Amino acid sequence: MTIEEFISRIESVFEDEQPGSLQPDTEFRNLESWSSMYALIIVALFETDFKTTVTGDQLRKCNTVQDLYQLLPK
Amino acid sequence: MLMQEFGDKVSPTVFEKVGVKERHISDTAQPGSLLALQAAEKLFAEHSIERNEIDALIYCSFHHDYIIPSTSCVLQHKLGLNENIATYDLTFGCSGYVYALSLAKSIIQSLGFKKVMLLTSTALTKFIHPHDHASRIIFGDAGSATLVGQEENTEKGIRDFVFGTDGSGFEKIIIRHGADSKKVSEESLLEKKDEYGNVYSDAHLFMDGQGVLTFTMKKIPVLIDDTLRKNNLSKSDIDLFVLHQANNFMNEQVRKIAGIEKEKFYSHIENYGNTVQASIPIALKAAIAEGKIKSGSKIFVAGFGVGLSWCATVINF
Repeated sequence: MTIEEFISRIESVFEDEQPGSLQPDTEFRNLESWSSMYALIIVALFETDFKTTVTGDQLRKCNTVQDLYQLLPK
Repeated sequence: MLMQEFGDKVSPTVFEKVGVKERHISDTAQPGSLLALQAAEKLFAEHSIERNEIDALIYCSFHHDYIIPSTSCVLQHKLGLNENIATYDLTFGCSGYVYALSLAKSIIQSLGFKKVMLLTSTALTKFIHPHDHASRIIFGDAGSATLVGQEENTEKGIRDFVFGTDGSGFEKIIIRHGADSKKVSEESLLEKKDEYGNVYSDAHLFMDGQGVLTFTMKKIPVLIDDTLRKNNLSKSDIDLFVLHQANNFMNEQVRKIAGIEKEKFYSHIENYGNTVQASIPIALKAAIAEGKIKSGSKIFVAGFGVGLSWCATVINF
């Protein structure tokens, strides 16, 4: 999956964000809509769509969309 | 009310995903067991059940009136039940109702009881910090009363169970102080904040939302498959899946991973919230009223959460 495809997938589940609003270097915690629910949405997306378990510790170490992309299995 | 109170902290999208529009808050001055007592009185009144028919009482809750005695003993007296009955306290959370069903079935089969009353109650909102937004928008208080009996020569009944326990996750949903390992002290009330701004203390509910979500997504789809296999059933044999109503977002992930059609996956959280041990019986009653559970229906029930603990079975209605 390319980072563009990944971003598009993230934007589709972050319902408060408009398509095109995220970039690889976007610090997602600075988004106005960022909340614990968005963290759950990321954890669920990785588990259901990408078949990858993301732990709370892994997520805490991520700051940008690119960091999240790196969590995908290679 | 909460949408107005939390308007600047919680997005409307979050309320929508969680799926709770209203929930009930019990009187903090009353013991949590009052909800179970009231539900029992309602069951007696609505179904003309005689109190002297009850052989055993199971009280499933983490709300106990006293350190000792057992709350089920107190309830036996308050409900005016016979002296020659057995009483059990089951301290479980979200897996509790299905666990209690397994105990009811087991004591009917092994001890010859005819009618077992199963009560649940949750007044968890007492233990949620006013500034713990994540938990306040999810949980509601409730009680339930179920009568489990035995009929001869019938296909109806509670089928085989599958259980699970992972005590290594005991801290994922916890109220740390107030029981034996640590009494409540001034230190207990020191406020802490998680990375999302939710406030809690050691005397309040703490929930690791991401940890609980991961546990649920990993274990519950497997629990569903294992329970169906144990009962020689497939998903298509089940008329309705009534899982613990944790919140719509989490249950939807389970539904997707387990591959269950939306029409067969019951949601009943909008007007009650997550009512812990009481969520499954409340949902069952509503599904019966809506005609989604009829005589002959095969209903899958699964409880999961605090412990960590999980349990499932199939009920032939």
